[in-house]
Amino acid sequence: MPPTEQLDQIDAVGSIDAINSEDLRIPGVEDIVRDVLEHRKPEGSDPVSDQTMVLNMGPQHPSTHGVLRLVIELDGETIVALAPDIGYLHTGIEKTCEAKFYQQVVPMTDRIDYLCPMTNNTAYALAVEKLLQLEIPERAQWLRVLFNELTRIQSHLVWLGTHAMDIGALTVFLYCFREREELLRIFEAVSGQRMMTSYVRVGGLSLEPPAELYAEIRRFLKDFPSKIDEYEGLLNGNPIWQGRLKGVGILSAEDAIALGVTGPPLRASGVDFDVRRDMPYSSYEKFQFNVPVSNGCDVWARYIVRMQEFRESVKICLQALDGLPEGRIAADAPKIVLPDREQMKTQMESLIHHFKIVTEGFAVPAGEATSSVEAPHGMMNYYVVSDGTAKPYRVHMRNPGFATLQALETMCKGRQIADVVAVIGSIDIVLGEIDR
Amino acid sequence: MPEPMDPIAAPATPEACFGKEAVALALAGHAAIAGLKDWIVDAKWDRGELTLTVAAATVVQAMQAAQAAGYNFFEDVTAVDWYPAEPRFQLSYSLLSHTLKQRIRIVARVAEGEAVPSITGVWPAANFYEREVFDLFGVPFTGHPRLTRIMMPDNWEGHPLRKDYPVEGYR
Repeated sequence: MPPTEQLDQIDAVGSIDAINSEDLRIPGVEDIVRDVLEHRKPEGSDPVSDQTMVLNMGPQHPSTHGVLRLVIELDGETIVALAPDIGYLHTGIEKTCEAKFYQQVVPMTDRIDYLCPMTNNTAYALAVEKLLQLEIPERAQWLRVLFNELTRIQSHLVWLGTHAMDIGALTVFLYCFREREELLRIFEAVSGQRMMTSYVRVGGLSLEPPAELYAEIRRFLKDFPSKIDEYEGLLNGNPIWQGRLKGVGILSAEDAIALGVTGPPLRASGVDFDVRRDMPYSSYEKFQFNVPVSNGCDVWARYIVRMQEFRESVKICLQALDGLPEGRIAADAPKIVLPDREQMKTQMESLIHHFKIVTEGFAVPAGEATSSVEAPHGMMNYYVVSDGTAKPYRVHMRNPGFATLQALETMCKGRQIADVVAVIGSIDIVLGEIDR
Repeated sequence: MPEPMDPIAAPATPEACFGKEAVALALAGHAAIAGLKDWIVDAKWDRGELTLTVAAATVVQAMQAAQAAGYNFFEDVTAVDWYPAEPRFQLSYSLLSHTLKQRIRIVARVAEGEAVPSITGVWPAANFYEREVFDLFGVPFTGHPRLTRIMMPDNWEGHPLRKDYPVEGYR
């Protein structure tokens, strides 16, 4: 075979024809690729070659933090088009919820965004409580705030550790998981579970935290700011860290809003919106905290915003501990909230209520309600529709990662392939919440 | 000692009101009602949430009107299957205003097989959400850039979130 023909064949593998073969085919991706080929080439691409290559990144790739497949069209090292392919973790949680009693849905919500179970529990509980028009005691609301913020710290620690590891700084990962371990011990002490806590229930909380736990949380909060300094000392001045983050993954405020981006990536694009401050839930209006905003629009800005959120979360936790009101940890609604274990064994009424809730559930008046909370990854909404029975007619979760993933192409287009890893790290992706 | 209020016996909020005129009267000056007045067919103010019903064919115009009224952020769109009632599906669009700090829900009822105009032209963020509704409910959207399955495999038969699709068992 003459050498020129061989070259032609090699080129053909890397061209548009390659993705027409059955095993690589994703509907729609061909259209993007064709569109890009016909219309434009990114600036800075090699003017000599007009061939592009389609590369599969994932589904099993350490930097995709789960099971995410990216189909990337490359011109040399430059990204021409990028299409996420999701659904590998789809377990039909929304369908399963429709077959459960309202109180049985709570453990399912833990498993959606497995880095912030308490936030998921809170969002679901708030939606059902809105349907029931149930008043939650102040103490329960403040404890919800406390544990939501501890969950935020825990989730951001996983983000920082894995993000730094993707860039090449393994030490930070070990440091972050050291602190995370302390938080998981706190969660275990309060709920009996390290990760899938199911602590926040419809009507309040499942258990009163053990009295000695507060001192332990205080000790953690006292030490933690110095740990944040430690992480920043490791990273901020590091030329590799700066080089990989600064000016990478640009997302303008207009694009962020148009693509549905929420949470730290939105605030790093200069949009000052935080559900906790602007549409407060669960007594957040009683807390003083700043909402970190940056106009950097790049991966570095998202890093800075999240590092400041660590400090704000510590502030909120301390306020919650200092001002924690006395009272019940669940609403005075015996037909909805499971009775105290002691009462259940001594009082006839409590035993009946317990039996009824466990066997029949509780009916929720017909209607629809949306709750919205600021999860570590962004705005998380739960949409619950009731038809008046004891099982939800429809539960839908609006998770931040699903929308943020749509912005990935905008952030990566025209950049080098190595930047994809940095950008994925900066949007703090959890595939469990995306695929549900 | 008074009996604690039973939330089941006293369900909705006292100020709840239903119907276009009643809601317009109760919430006079609300940005969404004023902005969408040409498109609203029904309205509901319940549990502090505003739900506006529009005709499925006018969804895009309604979204543009909402965007002009200050609801700048598209949160999500999902569906509810009211089988066997007709029209079968309820599409629920959730919109947020960053400046007004308000959320509204725009709903449209569609029959099985009836196509709905895609709102990806107004908010590109609707792309994945409309694909999800198409995948799990089988509601087609016209004008969508790439309407393919997103959660389920491409060769999957049926739409899992429909009420006539079993929770357990394989089809």
